Amino acid sequence: MYEHLETAKNQENLKRVVVDPVSRVEGHGKVTLLLDADNKVQQARLHIVEFRGFERFIQGRPYWELPVLVQRLCGICPVSHHLAAAKAIDQLVGVDPENLPVSADKLRRLLHFGQVLQSHALHFFHLSSPDLLFGFESDISKRSIIAVLAAYPDLGLQGVKLRKYGQEVIRMVSGKRIHGTSAIPGGVNKSLTKAERDYLLEDIDQMIAWSSASVTLIKKVHCSNLPYYDDFATIRTNYLGLTKPDGGLELYHGGLRAKNAEGETIMDHVDYGQYNDYIHEEVRSWTYMKFPYLLSMGKENGWYRVGPLARINNCDSINTPLAEAARVDFKAHSKEAMVHSTLAFHWARLIEILHCAESIKLLLNDPDIMGHDLVTQGEKRFEGVGVIEAPRGTLFHHYQVDENDIVTKANLIVSTTSNNMAMNESVRQVAAEYLSGRELTEPLLNNLEVAIRAYDPCLSCATHAMGKMPLQLELIDVEGKLIDKLVKHSSGHIERLAND
Amino acid sequence: MIKPILVFGYGNLSRGDDALGPLLLEHIEGHCCLDDIELLNDFQLQIEHALDLENRALVLFIDASVACEDAFDFALLEPARDKSYTTHAMSPAAVLAVYQSIKNQAPPPCFLLSIKAEKLELGEGLSAQASGNLELACAFAMQLLKKPDLKTWQKQINQPS
Repeated sequence: MYEHLETAKNQENLKRVVVDPVSRVEGHGKVTLLLDADNKVQQARLHIVEFRGFERFIQGRPYWELPVLVQRLCGICPVSHHLAAAKAIDQLVGVDPENLPVSADKLRRLLHFGQVLQSHALHFFHLSSPDLLFGFESDISKRSIIAVLAAYPDLGLQGVKLRKYGQEVIRMVSGKRIHGTSAIPGGVNKSLTKAERDYLLEDIDQMIAWSSASVTLIKKVHCSNLPYYDDFATIRTNYLGLTKPDGGLELYHGGLRAKNAEGETIMDHVDYGQYNDYIHEEVRSWTYMKFPYLLSMGKENGWYRVGPLARINNCDSINTPLAEAARVDFKAHSKEAMVHSTLAFHWARLIEILHCAESIKLLLNDPDIMGHDLVTQGEKRFEGVGVIEAPRGTLFHHYQVDENDIVTKANLIVSTTSNNMAMNESVRQVAAEYLSGRELTEPLLNNLEVAIRAYDPCLSCATHAMGKMPLQLELIDVEGKLIDKLVKHSSGHIERLAND
Repeated sequence: MIKPILVFGYGNLSRGDDALGPLLLEHIEGHCCLDDIELLNDFQLQIEHALDLENRALVLFIDASVACEDAFDFALLEPARDKSYTTHAMSPAAVLAVYQSIKNQAPPPCFLLSIKAEKLELGEGLSAQASGNLELACAFAMQLLKKPDLKTWQKQINQPS
């Protein structure tokens, strides 16, 4: 591992390089490197400017507002927050997951599959395909969806339409593109009409075909340069996620499972309502982001990865045939029980796209999604925990309410927080193995961003403050003198202000 | 039936002045005849929004902008390869470029109404200055929608308050 690069000794004698902000990730992140006189990396850190105001945003509100309110935490995965909050609130009204009406459970799952499909499509086709198709160190003008559309028009269009289809699933189930109120305490507020169901069925076979083709493509890309793809940013870690009772892949509801780097089970079928007994969060002085870890493994060894790679690694099977075949193929390419390649996140993500498309078809053909038994209620409780597998990984919502139904305490663990240590380790691996000792250029530094983007981090900032996102890279020598400077303006124009 | 005019306001209602776009949409909804106008609201722009431009005669994007110098700004948009890959969100010009790439034709005439924003923090309300800017932008948008034709809108370009 590369923990020795977390904090360098004799920092006053080192050059400092800042990549700020990391692009094509949600929100704001930056990487700092400290280099010695030979450009050897002595320290590498990913700083995520995480807004820790989630809890304050939620506390003091009546619980029934939350399914709508929490969607505004994040413009990228509002449905994930909506569903995690709804699951927690079900418990506040005395409804356990197994008691949710069958139609409500299936409609929520349909909504979730639509969300994961559109999110994964955006990440692969828009954010990652430029790197994967043109190369990590290609010219910056090539690294965008527009360039992909120009060079691979069919692929680009498929990405747009897959994303659109996922959004249409969300719109049909929740009645709106955004701010939908599909999930309510103890159920959902509407089922699908036959017309809505038929509308979504029209294109689902095409979506499955495109998803399947995307798995073929990523396998080809990955295996065309296997040693590189299996090594780049690769770290050996523990993995955490939900699974079904039979160990199958599960995105909406299941027990917590963690495995170690050798594939041995650390914990299994854990009731996520007890997550506090298994997962703690560590604070470090140099970042506002917390570092979650498995209590039984301790702070040093208990950190883990979540998200598509963790889920495909952790599960024993997938209950849709094409995705299951893809999973078996994926695991077979590795000689180990677990796949540790960070770039394999992309492959795993596309297996999940395929699983989502297949699952959407199954649910659309299930008459329960047009059922009318949609809500149930039980006896009020004062605490609820909701956990789902969001596109980026396991998402925890935990609330406590008072007698007046006002939220008195809220705790959220978002998937990017869970991947915090792993992203830092991947950055350090790339810094040590690919950058150390070389003259730094923007294409070279893109390698750092490629490593981070594989995780599809969502840095909890849904605003889009145009004109506020320049990238500035400074190289300062041991005397503190600026020796090189690259500036990417908000317009995209790149300017080198070197050796002045 | 697709309506010829699309008004697309984007932003997050719970992030201070980022709510300006959606709030202007709410004003239009309450004060305008919507027979020929479709209102669209989202958190941010994405690739699939290119498909919402299909078969439109005129498109008006509305956004909060900290870079805006006046209370609001009105500009004609051109497709642009967006080299600045900022976050998951796209610029309207990049959405137009996606349209051009996937349709192999120029997008419909698209305009951007930017409203000056000050603060974009989660859980904050609209700032006093943004509130005043919104009022001016609402009046301007109503004037645009009263006569939604290309020449009239082109005459309004770069006539900030």
